[in-house]
Amino acid sequence: MKIPRFDLDSWSEIVDALSKNKLRSFLTAFGIFWGVFMLVLLMGGGRGLESMLGNVFAGFASNSGFMATATTSMPHKGFREGRQWDLELRDIDRVRNSVPEIDILTPTNTRWGISAVRDNKKLSVSITGIYPDYLRVSNPRLKAGRAINDTDIAQERKVCIIGSRVAEELFPGEDVICGQRIQIDGIYYTVIGLSGRTGNGISINGNALTTVEVPFTTLQRAYGLGTKIVMLTYTARPGYQISTVQDKVEAVVKRAHSIHPDDPQAVIKVNAEAMFTLVDNLFNGISILVWMIGLGTLLSGAIGVSNIMMVTVKERTTEIGIRRAIGATPTDILRQILSESMMLTLLAGMSGITLSVLILQVVETAVNASGTTDGTSTFQISFWIAVGAALLIALLGIVAGLAPALRAMHIRPVEAMRSDE
Amino acid sequence: MIHLENIHKTYQGSQPLHVLKGISLDIRRGEFVSIMGASGSGKSTLLNILGILDDYDEGVYTLDGTLIRGLSEVRAADFRNRMIGFIFQSFNLIPFKDAVENVALPLFYQGVPRRKRNALALEYLDKLGLKDWAHHKPAELSGGQKQRVAIARALITQPKIILADEPTGALDSHTSVEVMQILKQLHEDGMTIVVVTHESGVAYQADKIVHIKDGQIGDIELVTDESRSPFSMDGVMK
Repeated sequence: MKIPRFDLDSWSEIVDALSKNKLRSFLTAFGIFWGVFMLVLLMGGGRGLESMLGNVFAGFASNSGFMATATTSMPHKGFREGRQWDLELRDIDRVRNSVPEIDILTPTNTRWGISAVRDNKKLSVSITGIYPDYLRVSNPRLKAGRAINDTDIAQERKVCIIGSRVAEELFPGEDVICGQRIQIDGIYYTVIGLSGRTGNGISINGNALTTVEVPFTTLQRAYGLGTKIVMLTYTARPGYQISTVQDKVEAVVKRAHSIHPDDPQAVIKVNAEAMFTLVDNLFNGISILVWMIGLGTLLSGAIGVSNIMMVTVKERTTEIGIRRAIGATPTDILRQILSESMMLTLLAGMSGITLSVLILQVVETAVNASGTTDGTSTFQISFWIAVGAALLIALLGIVAGLAPALRAMHIRPVEAMRSDE
Repeated sequence: MIHLENIHKTYQGSQPLHVLKGISLDIRRGEFVSIMGASGSGKSTLLNILGILDDYDEGVYTLDGTLIRGLSEVRAADFRNRMIGFIFQSFNLIPFKDAVENVALPLFYQGVPRRKRNALALEYLDKLGLKDWAHHKPAELSGGQKQRVAIARALITQPKIILADEPTGALDSHTSVEVMQILKQLHEDGMTIVVVTHESGVAYQADKIVHIKDGQIGDIELVTDESRSPFSMDGVMK
């Protein structure tokens, strides 16, 4: 019983065989190289885009929703259509009492186009009054300082968190901003924090770069807003879908404000979950497309390898016959051809992976350095995807080499020798 | 050593060709036998059957006591590897391997480690005067050198029998003499040798000449010293 062997000679035999016709081997391998290169690059690209979009949504709880008001479009209970209405603080209790699935429920008020002033510097900003709970829905990503807390709310403190553009314009070249003061509509606010949001993400209540966040109660008093609310922000308890909960909130609010239950225009609502789902579906679709394109290209490469291996086997009929005559078993021949096919595909495939990984790394570094999105984006494929790709290539090598190898295996020595005559 | 009894072989095709028609032959251990016949007489087919490179349709063939019929591919490969050394007219060396690698190849299929088989191959090449050509590819060797490499490859597994198909067919007269001298020496060392040839000068170097005509054995001629041509260029190329 012979023991299967795979020593240096086996490798050199494979290399010899493949290097006999270098151009052909190169062109054959290029099909696999290109397939793997495209597959990994597209996967990495998809991953990067998903990651970039994820950063846009990052900072928002995935089960959160936002509600604001618009003019009614349907008459109801004696009110004419086109009525302007406002959310009010009492809506908080109404919703709390009627929708137990609600977890966080917090109001915000915003004034847009307000001038923030420091010394002789001025910038048009939006000022938003928030409760600390709001920060559980939308992470401020503080670059410096602290967030607004319950004491700020209770004492109606004149403190604020400013966006980075506000900091750049009002405190140019200054490192220590916290503790300094800015004036908005004649009121001085002490800066307690500097927001780290880049402004490229989704902004609720205005552009994060030019937003000044202050305690809700402070804003309420400063502008005499009374019980009026510009926006309701809420999250669903674990296990509940925000889209379902949001409908209940809408129904409660509409009932309380005598708005027709079917009025499609009166309530503006944004559902983070729906956006996430949309993005997820989009990227699932992209992922399927990427796999189809990548695998299709790979398959055509594999067919190319198989085709060339078939030609190679035909050309090497005499050699195979000689090997059979001096003691090679059909399995030896099978192993030889399969090894060649696998070597070709593995070399090409690993080159494809290496080049695509390098390109993805360059893109990832460039994107993250440019600060296009909040946070870092990941274009690079994971280790396990690389392992999976390598296994896929090895499998392709076997599949591509199988038909030629089986053909070679069945070459009878006497016929092979005769073919040389 | 070799026992053939009523061997028949027909090549199937649109017009079946009955190549061997009841060949019966015994070759004893250590004998040097030539199989001689005209082109198409069936001598190469007979050699292929002897070398287990081809099947036969009818009859009995035993090699060293083993019935060569219905052997598995693995067993047949093992027999070819260990029992038989082949020498072909067209040398049948692998072009992209150098002389050492070509000679060592049969040992590769025995699972002999690379270092050991290459050392042995060098030894055999040295015996055949090719040590300095050990790392040359076949394309860089002369016809005689190629055939000596092929002989070294045939001998490296220490087979019990050498089957040579027109071993001097592609060589000039001087080189043919050299090759036949090597075969004679092997015979003197006790090796069983079967040579297929159409050249009488080559055939008469054997102990026994089996004449084949139209797939049948015409007669078996015992070669005496008197009938043997002097072993010279003229003799070989007669």
